[in-house]
Amino acid sequence: MTVQLDFLAVLHYWPMLLTGVAWTLALTVLAIVVGLALSVTFAWVRVEGPRWAAIPVAAYVELLRNTPFIVQLYFIFFGLPELGLRLSPVLASAIALVLNLGAYSTEIIRAGLSATPKGQTEAALSLALTRYQVFTRVVLPPAMQKVWPSLVSQIIIVMLGSAVCGQIATEELNYAANVISANTFHTFESYIIATVIYLALAILIRRLLNWAGPRLIFGG
Amino acid sequence: MMPQFSYWDILRNLIYAGELTVMLSLIAFIGGGIVGMVLLLARVWRPQVFGSVFNIYVQLFQGTPLLMQLFLSYFGLRLFGIEVSVWVSAGLALTLYTSAFLAEIWRGCVASIPKGQWEAGASLALSFGEQMRYVVAPQAMRIAIPPTVGFLVQVIKGTALASVIGFAELTRAGNMIANVTYQPFTVFATVGLLYFCLCYPISLTARYLERKTNAVRR
Amino acid sequence: MPSAAEATAPHKRIVDINALRKSYGDNEVLKGIDLHVRPGEVVAIIGKSGSGKSTLLRCINGLEEFQDGGLVVDGKPLLYDNASAMRALRQSVGMIFQSFNLFPHLSVGRNIMLAPSLVKKRDKTAARVQAEALLERVGLEDKFDAMPEQLSGGQQQRVAIARALAMDPKVLLCDEITSALDPELVGEVLGVVEGLAKEGMTLLMVTHEMRFARKVSDRVVFMHQGRVHEMGPPAELFGNPQTAELRQFLSSLQE
Repeated sequence: MTVQLDFLAVLHYWPMLLTGVAWTLALTVLAIVVGLALSVTFAWVRVEGPRWAAIPVAAYVELLRNTPFIVQLYFIFFGLPELGLRLSPVLASAIALVLNLGAYSTEIIRAGLSATPKGQTEAALSLALTRYQVFTRVVLPPAMQKVWPSLVSQIIIVMLGSAVCGQIATEELNYAANVISANTFHTFESYIIATVIYLALAILIRRLLNWAGPRLIFGG
Repeated sequence: MMPQFSYWDILRNLIYAGELTVMLSLIAFIGGGIVGMVLLLARVWRPQVFGSVFNIYVQLFQGTPLLMQLFLSYFGLRLFGIEVSVWVSAGLALTLYTSAFLAEIWRGCVASIPKGQWEAGASLALSFGEQMRYVVAPQAMRIAIPPTVGFLVQVIKGTALASVIGFAELTRAGNMIANVTYQPFTVFATVGLLYFCLCYPISLTARYLERKTNAVRR
Repeated sequence: MPSAAEATAPHKRIVDINALRKSYGDNEVLKGIDLHVRPGEVVAIIGKSGSGKSTLLRCINGLEEFQDGGLVVDGKPLLYDNASAMRALRQSVGMIFQSFNLFPHLSVGRNIMLAPSLVKKRDKTAARVQAEALLERVGLEDKFDAMPEQLSGGQQQRVAIARALAMDPKVLLCDEITSALDPELVGEVLGVVEGLAKEGMTLLMVTHEMRFARKVSDRVVFMHQGRVHEMGPPAELFGNPQTAELRQFLSSLQE
């Protein structure tokens, strides 16, 4: 038998694909900005913070790291309304992605912080810097630099994982592929094209973050 | 009239579906381990020939969503006229996905064994297979075990995506039970908890093994 | 001026290297090497780092691939794409490395027994008896069950020698085998090598130990920029160097 593939029929819907890419990127950027801010705070709590705060943070990290993202998303989107908290698909997706990336990055950054020599902190404190200054100026930058490759990999994983958000009708790339396949009946081609776009995004984001990390996050 | 579901009914059904999660995870982990090992051996045996094939394979599976891989496996097999159960679609996608990650993890472990070990084996007239089997593999295996065990957690979590193509594992069962019980909060909280019970002990084991390996090495 | 060794008839040569050339990309590191070694001869190869001496040694058992020329050891030609020819050749050639390269996951005894049982299909008892005998020969008879990491560098290198000898090689290649050792451990390793030389083992050694080379070797090869620059008996070569390069090399060692 021969299999006829028609990619053009799918590409005809390029505005929809473009919207999908835009949402995927928007969600990813949000996850990066909020998720990383969250995880730097949480990592600090785990390393230097009070015990009463460190334990809940540890529980959050372990809980999120040991359950599937799709279940976290369903819990937020389908489960919370039972308590009267009804969220739009986009908001539910955003919260799920932030919390998910936040948990993994907390663990990654914590490992980086623990690896910073104690002498660094003591030297900075002896120069009359405040604890806050010591953390943001002395301890954090080298730690971020050390773990940046792991963070970039985790961000890529979260970006690719965001495909699941289409299942609750968030209009990201996977959702676009779903709709196009329903309209054209070219299901296989729709997903092939979406997959190729995801691959390109993964490569692009990795390049971009590898470039941006030293310049924006922990550079001088 | 709406039937009443006790929490016990929900939990019992979810645990039953959890067994399918475990089975699918094992299929993917074992199948992925075998495919990954073949890929790794080919790469180490003839890097000039299989090196780029290996890299592209790993890039492809690590750089695209597992969900897309599942869709492509599900619809792709049908497109080519192969009517298979969802076990095959899900098993195939998860096996290939797992193989790419395991092969890459193991490649790193093999690469960390000093070149001198291969050379010592070669100078003693051992064949490539014997160098691998008796000299390099036993050393690489020691460092490979913790991350391999750790990746099992990723596989178990990955099987949750098979729910999207209709595989009635834990997450899918959660969806269906939430729909009939109108208790989505309870159901998905329980689903999450069951995954946690599966994954957390494995995570702890991986961490313990890693600490032990590091202690031996330094 | 052909030396005694050069005049040796081909069938009396155990190592026969002809017009061997090897390059890494555009960089030619061996520019046509001819070297013929008699059975039982002890050859020391000296020269600056980067002169190609280690590369030459590693070509002899096929750890490095060369592009041109021929190499025959004990009647077995080096053929890279022929696995069984390669295996046959490597059984005739043992090698000792600068960094010992003992297998860290195997005990000393198992390190020695591994290759004979796999390659020569020696049964376990015979392999064990042989390993014990070899350990005694290098003065480590009580270390059979020790793990490599428990041994000093000098002891590890002696185990490596025993391991190579277990394959009954016709030729032993020694690649700067004392360079990674603390000075006080050099003697015990060189003592073992000297013993092998006296027993008639054919040895090719790249070395920085000039006094040892002078004392033990029958012939010294001075390599310079990928070529055999000067060659002869140690007394001649060290006592009356003919070329400016060798004189410079030898005087650089005095400092």
